[in-house]
Amino acid sequence: MEAEIIELIIGMAVLTFFTRFASAVMFKRVNISKKWNALMIYVPIAVFTTIIVPALLLPKEKLDISINNEYLIAGLISLLFAYKTKNLVGTVIIGISVILLLRFAFSL
Amino acid sequence: MKNPKLPTEFRDGLKAIIPLFLGVASFAIAYGLLARKAGLSLLSLTLMSLLVFAGASQFVAISLLISGSSFLLILFTTLVVNSRYFLMGASLGPYTRKWDTKWQVVLSFLLSDESYAMTISRFTKNVPNKYYQLGVSLGLYVEWFVFTVIGGLMGSFLGDPQAFGLDFALPATFMVLLLPMIRSWRHVIVCILTGIFSIAGFLFLPTRWYIPFAAVLGTIVGGMLELWKRK
Repeated sequence: MEAEIIELIIGMAVLTFFTRFASAVMFKRVNISKKWNALMIYVPIAVFTTIIVPALLLPKEKLDISINNEYLIAGLISLLFAYKTKNLVGTVIIGISVILLLRFAFSL
Repeated sequence: MKNPKLPTEFRDGLKAIIPLFLGVASFAIAYGLLARKAGLSLLSLTLMSLLVFAGASQFVAISLLISGSSFLLILFTTLVVNSRYFLMGASLGPYTRKWDTKWQVVLSFLLSDESYAMTISRFTKNVPNKYYQLGVSLGLYVEWFVFTVIGGLMGSFLGDPQAFGLDFALPATFMVLLLPMIRSWRHVIVCILTGIFSIAGFLFLPTRWYIPFAAVLGTIVGGMLELWKRK
């Protein structure tokens, strides 16, 4: 088992490095147009949204837009907190606390 | 040191990640706990953090191991989940393309969502400096390694990270990274549309294909809005 897992890890490492290094290699040879730059402004926004939204709306792999979805509630509260305070550490603490509180409340 | 500014940039990079400390540490612990639950040894789960160093895809890989998926599916999913690094590398390309290959190899290996967010916002405002990116990336790498081990050690007597809400640390951290990037109505539109693409992709595409699907589509929509504005 252990040897197989290590093989899997090496495979994952190679593939991950490939995704990180491939575009650096590409850009060594190609010139970058203004249009390309305009497109690239939206990469961080699109990537982070793609990770955040399903984590909040489909926490158990099923679409759940209800007050029973503690990830959604905690997400909305932390979003508001992050927007008001710009405090990164506070946002994480608030989010996790809300999740734990809601779970405790639901279990009553 | 030939250039006295270099260590300053490195230190700036380290300082920049202080606000992210708690979020990254929590998610690293969550990963360590989950990996122990999946039956990974402390050695394997640490090795994965050191060699793969990609929180989201490590989390997904462990979840797939628990659900009994084949190694081939796990490898394929790793590629799909991490395909977003293509996009990040491409958006950093204009700043980093003139750097030595050695530097590009090291900084590519250390590229993460968090280091990308810090680096791209710095590079668009200041003169791009590789020591800054190195400071950010290396700091996050060491933190990820240390707290992964702590999570793995805790995993021997604690259980599921979901029970502690620790898995929420990842979306929460990404949220605070994303918020300052949104500065116009076009950005808001791209967020909303990308959110819809990601849900649709999650529901209708196999495994984790929603990640490249929504990220690429969202980027294209944004680029189109941007070019339309400039006309």
